Amino acid sequence: MSVVEARLQNGAAPALRAKTEPAGRRRVRARRIERLIELFLKLNGFIAIAAIALIFVFLFKEGVQAFRSIPAARFIQSTELDFDDVPQTVRMWQPVGQNPKYSLIPLVLGSLLVALPATLIASLFGVACGIYLAEVAGRRAREIIKPAIELMAGVPSVVIGFFCLATLASLIQNAFHTTFRLNAFVGAVGVSFVIVPVIATMVDDALRAVPGFLREGAHALGANRWETITRVVVPAGASGLIAAILLGMGRALGETMIVLMATGNAAQVTVNPFDSVRTMTATIAAELGAVPQGGEQYRALFLVGSLLFTLTFLINLMSEIVVQRMRRRLIL
Amino acid sequence: MRRTLSMGVIALAAIAAAAIRPAAADNITVKGSDTMVILGQRWAEEYMKSHPDVAIQVTGGGSGTGIAALLNGTTKLANSSRPIKPEEIEAAKKNGLDVVEFKTAMDALAVVVNAANPIEKLTIKQVGMIYTGYINNWKAVGGPDKKILRYTRESNSGTYVFFKEHVLNNRDYAADAQTMPGTSAVAEAVAKDPAGIGFGGVAYFATNPKLKIVKIAKDEKSEAITPLAGSGKLNFEVVWSRTYPISRYLYVYSAGQPQGAVKEYLDWILGPEGQAIVDKIEYVPMPAQRAGN
Repeated sequence: MSVVEARLQNGAAPALRAKTEPAGRRRVRARRIERLIELFLKLNGFIAIAAIALIFVFLFKEGVQAFRSIPAARFIQSTELDFDDVPQTVRMWQPVGQNPKYSLIPLVLGSLLVALPATLIASLFGVACGIYLAEVAGRRAREIIKPAIELMAGVPSVVIGFFCLATLASLIQNAFHTTFRLNAFVGAVGVSFVIVPVIATMVDDALRAVPGFLREGAHALGANRWETITRVVVPAGASGLIAAILLGMGRALGETMIVLMATGNAAQVTVNPFDSVRTMTATIAAELGAVPQGGEQYRALFLVGSLLFTLTFLINLMSEIVVQRMRRRLIL
Repeated sequence: MRRTLSMGVIALAAIAAAAIRPAAADNITVKGSDTMVILGQRWAEEYMKSHPDVAIQVTGGGSGTGIAALLNGTTKLANSSRPIKPEEIEAAKKNGLDVVEFKTAMDALAVVVNAANPIEKLTIKQVGMIYTGYINNWKAVGGPDKKILRYTRESNSGTYVFFKEHVLNNRDYAADAQTMPGTSAVAEAVAKDPAGIGFGGVAYFATNPKLKIVKIAKDEKSEAITPLAGSGKLNFEVVWSRTYPISRYLYVYSAGQPQGAVKEYLDWILGPEGQAIVDKIEYVPMPAQRAGN
């Protein structure tokens, strides 16, 4: 009860009330302001939707035009004479030259070779960290660790990229004796730095949404803490965990600066995570600034962008659906 | 409140004044080749010292970027380490621009390996086969039994295109060639990598003790020639005579015949003062009789 309310009840009220406007009018005015604010917020929501829709349209409009000058098959492979002038089928991305190559296969493989290991590494640490925060950590530990993780999310990716390029790459090469100093795995470790906080905070939130009576029930049935976590809380929040991991993967696919600096940027068709790769994002970042607007390569890069956008959109959509399902289940 | 307001007004006025001032003087923007950024900036600095009324901004981004900016009208001059392409001239004509070319300096591309690599010389063809992926082991060219790790540049760099056209004969780079953001990054990578090979302007490699510049022969019968003179500097004679096989011109392009301040600047670049700077930062000045094209 606030001081004013207390005074109103104590009979000091009349004097106070007389100075302000009549309560009815005040309420009408408040409602009007409230409605205005509501409208403003609604507008903001719609602007977000409109912006996404417009980006979609713009990307695809430019991207689809690539098919006008480049036959669709050339986004998979093209033919090139080898050193003995025998025609060979090649799958490479090399858009500058006499016979430009636009195969998307090395780029998609490159993106996956970074995003999947990064998601794997980050899930291990992120989920463990999230569970610890939500279920195990005491209040003081939580008060230190949670802001620290959020701080980690704020480290500029170019700093992480530089760290990978200068230090981590040599460490990994010495440890695994890789042929390429800069490779997909170095990029993946770098990217996992960025998505651990994303996953950890989401897992923490998801597990906190698990109703307390489930935990209490488990304890009442004689389960210890470990059993409660592994058999009750985590299964109940499983869809939240999956959503967190999917969202992390979406971020990993979209991460640009770290992979540009740490993967070595060789657009080769490979499934070895210790090979040097070039991701879709790095290709767009490195090449788009230098191509004449409206040219063939410009449109091909937009096609790469459309593909990337579709992929991340689908992943984010999936995580959203999973979260919705969890909410419905827990409310029951 | 009033004080913050008046301070804001003063700050705005200051910003406006700062924004207006350069427009009053002659403002020249130069954009393009990363190879030429250092050269362009030194030219600009020296020129502005003697011509305080002229403001020159030099930025890099790659030859392709510079020429694209010239065609979009966002820069007055474009630095390029490769000649302009026919389709770029075509695009310029569509925009109503007539691009004029100036050969302002020469440069030679050195091929570089790690200092620990015993290789001393390669033919152009061998370098081409290495970079196209037909030679994958140093053993095939007389070196140790080690997989070759190729370093190249981003496709927007003039160096990339020059090398592709002149050394690779327009074939594609091997897919596992790692793309580096600049020649200094190539130098850095090859210095760290005993099996690495890279290429770029001599100036980036000559002073690094962990790197070795390889002698290049035109073919098996020709003598392999180093772009270095005895003192660890670039040898002008082999570039002027074009006996060193991987040499090129460095161009400045202007949209239309240069006029006024831009013309004066270009004349100065091609004159003795500008060419002295070319020499100073280890590029090759134009031979005197051909200066000014």
